[in-house]
Amino acid sequence: MTPRAAFLRGAGHSLPFIIIMVPFSMLFGVVAAEAGLPLAETLAFSVMVVAGASQFTALQLMQDGASVFMVLAASLAVNLRLAMYSAALVPYLGAAPLWQRVLIAYCNVDQTYTLAQVEYARRDHPLPARVAYFIGSATPLFLTWFVFTWVGAAVGAQIPDAFALDFAVPIAFLAMVAPALRTAAHKAAAVTSVAVALAFAWLPSGLGVIVAGLAAMAVGAQVELWLERHGKWR
Amino acid sequence: MALSTGWIWVIILGLGVGTFLIRFSFLGLIGNRELPPWLLRHLRYTPVAVLPGLVAPLVLWPDATGGTPDTARLLAAAATVLAGYFARSMLWGMLAGIAVLYAGLYLIG
Repeated sequence: MTPRAAFLRGAGHSLPFIIIMVPFSMLFGVVAAEAGLPLAETLAFSVMVVAGASQFTALQLMQDGASVFMVLAASLAVNLRLAMYSAALVPYLGAAPLWQRVLIAYCNVDQTYTLAQVEYARRDHPLPARVAYFIGSATPLFLTWFVFTWVGAAVGAQIPDAFALDFAVPIAFLAMVAPALRTAAHKAAAVTSVAVALAFAWLPSGLGVIVAGLAAMAVGAQVELWLERHGKWR
Repeated sequence: MALSTGWIWVIILGLGVGTFLIRFSFLGLIGNRELPPWLLRHLRYTPVAVLPGLVAPLVLWPDATGGTPDTARLLAAAATVLAGYFARSMLWGMLAGIAVLYAGLYLIG
């Protein structure tokens, strides 16, 4: 397959994800506008970070009055999973030139990673086609993310309070987490996270979430180990 | 927003650069080396470990009601989790949550 064909194939495969990407990116724009974040800053978030969950986390903690350090620590913690994707892509893309790996890293998000894993396992593409597929799958998604962040930010401040937008972020986060609760280890991690975050809600903004995240990761890992030892993992 | 424009840009740039470095880590700097299994085992749980802890206080003590638990919002949160879990879909989770939230706010007030 030529790189050009692979690029188009990747772009085509990414289209179903756009259905969820449109409301999600608009929501970020709307919530940012409601929080009083100027348009340039809102767009810079979506273009520079390109990671919805961490963008919402940062916005929420900024509104809660968390310190800059806490905002960064908690939001970056949400993105740690991307290191795992980065490692998993090395066997397929690690031999690409540096500038291509920089571009791939920028485009490394949940959706592109998921698509690439499936595609590379199913088809034996040459390296240039693998790179093109990855960038191709990112292109429609990223354009949607940028454009609809802008749309959301433009309409945001005009939405009346009756729409209860204050609760849009909790709903978005819960909707993101619920389908990921596939195993007992994931469920144990989520329950731990809730319990520890509530118990430590008195800590300065952002710190409780970090403590909860660390505790929950440890619990998830331990439950996984336990299940593995008892032959119940995978 | 209590933060000054300068600090907001520090957060945007810090989060942008930090997130890029996380994404680039193994592809870029460390090369063709395997992640140790114990680390992989922890990283696997980052989204489900961080996000529930972030939302739990927002669900129980919403700002919009001055921190008092609110039936409509609690029901909406439960509906989101149940629909998202059983339909295995973020979209259905969000739709269920929004529907229950508006129905609850309309009926309960």
